[in-house]
Amino acid sequence: MGSLSEWITFQMSTFTAEQREYMRLQSLQAKRKKRWHDFLLMVANHSVLIALSAIFILPLFLVLVISVMGHGQAETRSLWPHPFIWHNYVEVFTAVPFLRWTMNSLFVSLMTTIGTVVSSVPPAYVLSRLRWKGRGVTFIIILSTMMLPGQVTMIPVYIIFSKLHWIPSFLPLIVPSFFSSAFSIFLLRQFFASIPDEISDAARIDGCSEFKLMMQIIVPLAKPAISAIGLFAFLGSWNDFFGPLLYLVENEKLWTLGIGLNAFQGIHHVQKNMMMTASVLFMLPVIIIFFFSQKVFIEGVTLTGVKG
Amino acid sequence: MSIASAMSILPSRKRGKGLVAPPRKKLKTPKIFIFLCLSPWLIGILMFTLYPMVTSFYQSFTKFNLIDAPKWVGLANFHRMFFEDPDFWKALRNTVWISAISIPLRIAFAIFSAWMLTKPKRGKNVYRTIFFLPSMVPAVAATMVFTYIFNPAYGPINRFLEMLGIKEPPFWFLDPKWSKWGLILLGLWGIGDTMIIFLAGLLDVPRTLYEAASLEGASAWQSFRYVTFPMITPVIFFSGVTGVIGSFQYFTQAYVASGQVNDYSHSMYFYATHIYFSAFRAYEMGYASALAWVLLVITLVCTLIILRTQKRWVHYPNGSLFK
Repeated sequence: MGSLSEWITFQMSTFTAEQREYMRLQSLQAKRKKRWHDFLLMVANHSVLIALSAIFILPLFLVLVISVMGHGQAETRSLWPHPFIWHNYVEVFTAVPFLRWTMNSLFVSLMTTIGTVVSSVPPAYVLSRLRWKGRGVTFIIILSTMMLPGQVTMIPVYIIFSKLHWIPSFLPLIVPSFFSSAFSIFLLRQFFASIPDEISDAARIDGCSEFKLMMQIIVPLAKPAISAIGLFAFLGSWNDFFGPLLYLVENEKLWTLGIGLNAFQGIHHVQKNMMMTASVLFMLPVIIIFFFSQKVFIEGVTLTGVKG
Repeated sequence: MSIASAMSILPSRKRGKGLVAPPRKKLKTPKIFIFLCLSPWLIGILMFTLYPMVTSFYQSFTKFNLIDAPKWVGLANFHRMFFEDPDFWKALRNTVWISAISIPLRIAFAIFSAWMLTKPKRGKNVYRTIFFLPSMVPAVAATMVFTYIFNPAYGPINRFLEMLGIKEPPFWFLDPKWSKWGLILLGLWGIGDTMIIFLAGLLDVPRTLYEAASLEGASAWQSFRYVTFPMITPVIFFSGVTGVIGSFQYFTQAYVASGQVNDYSHSMYFYATHIYFSAFRAYEMGYASALAWVLLVITLVCTLIILRTQKRWVHYPNGSLFK
């Protein structure tokens, strides 16, 4: 049976040479037109994308520029540093207790990360890899606590911590993270559920205990999801403002970067552009982390939103 | 036990049906293991969610200043809220106003940026990184930066606007009429995480649908309106719900910005700010608890309304998640 291309060749052979030449030119022209059209489309797309990129970058660029201006110049309307005062980045450590804030932030964020990961893996494991009565209900409860506004529980929790004499201290920020976060359980559960059941069955048949199965087989397989919740916990704590505002504000020595940056200036009258220098240093770790872990991060965000 | 279960998944010939595996036998997991694994969450939810919820519900009917024992006052807190507290109405109005504008704007802008990201053949990752980056910036730093660069006296933004020929650019955070627009712009700048969710949704749309549309002669707009849009309605629905929940808890940016510019007219005074000031500046814990419960009810009602309307506009290819 003749294929389509053979049939076309047969049809073509009935045309004269001139006709064939004419058709060839026609198709060539169409191709060129299409290529030109595609090129224009590409230029248009990239121009829009570059314009958007410029908008997203602009504030970061401006703060970098302002952060190296002299004090006098920052109060004027000039746009470009003259001269560049790189010394601002040294001065900021003496103008504000920047190092202390950074260490405080780092300590709280690291402890919170450890707490969240350690306490969220086991609940997520039993919610996704084991079948038991009440599992569905438990999962729905976890989902609904995610929707609960923090303001509703805020005051009694504050009173608990104040009765324990934990205010001001880091404990109210760190301790709750050791009792699971609904969001992390949810994210981990989604990932655990995607690991085939056969793996667990095989291990169980070989007499592997459930705890060993969780720690030695499932956890290593779920590394991407675990690093995602670790990252989210770290950044959530690093960027947190409300928690430190409630629990640390009374003791200046305990201030984290967020609270320090906001409150210090009002009390000690530091130059405004020095605060911009401090802001740059505050963002820097987050941005560095992002560049190194972009993939984990974006997959994590996607996992929370769509596959629900 | 392990041998018996191993036997059971071997193909059984006894039933005479050849290689058919018998129904998988359930392997028993000790209840104590399940309980132990859940215990951090259980203790957490009892200590930090359930007990506080019950307590704050009770406190919302009391007068309570942290030092003396709570005194039962019935519905007085709620009466005060609706009839005697102008700050409550101011905060509620501000919150509703900014939600009504910023939630749809954020969704539209996130869709637009995500949609643009699906277009180019090269450079996708570079653009995506740039678009996502601002959402990583800590809220305090971002707000300080925005109040600085939008400052009419020394900020560069108004300088640029003047160069573009705008004679009298707004005073942004310093002007009560414009301060919320400053916050909205700040929110749009950090659109990254919403955008990534939309991007995933857009990439999930089967290519064949677009091909079918283009064969039918659909224009770019038509293929967006009738193919892309219905396919991403679940994501729009999701970000609408989280947007409403989030906007009633909107605090940090507004608090930092009003601290930076001396917001004497309370133009950036929102619902969550009102709760914070009632509880931790005025130490009226009972009244603040009442405010928090009203917040919960408002959030629930809004969510339910969106849930109710979803049948009409949200398209689920594999059936709905919430029935």
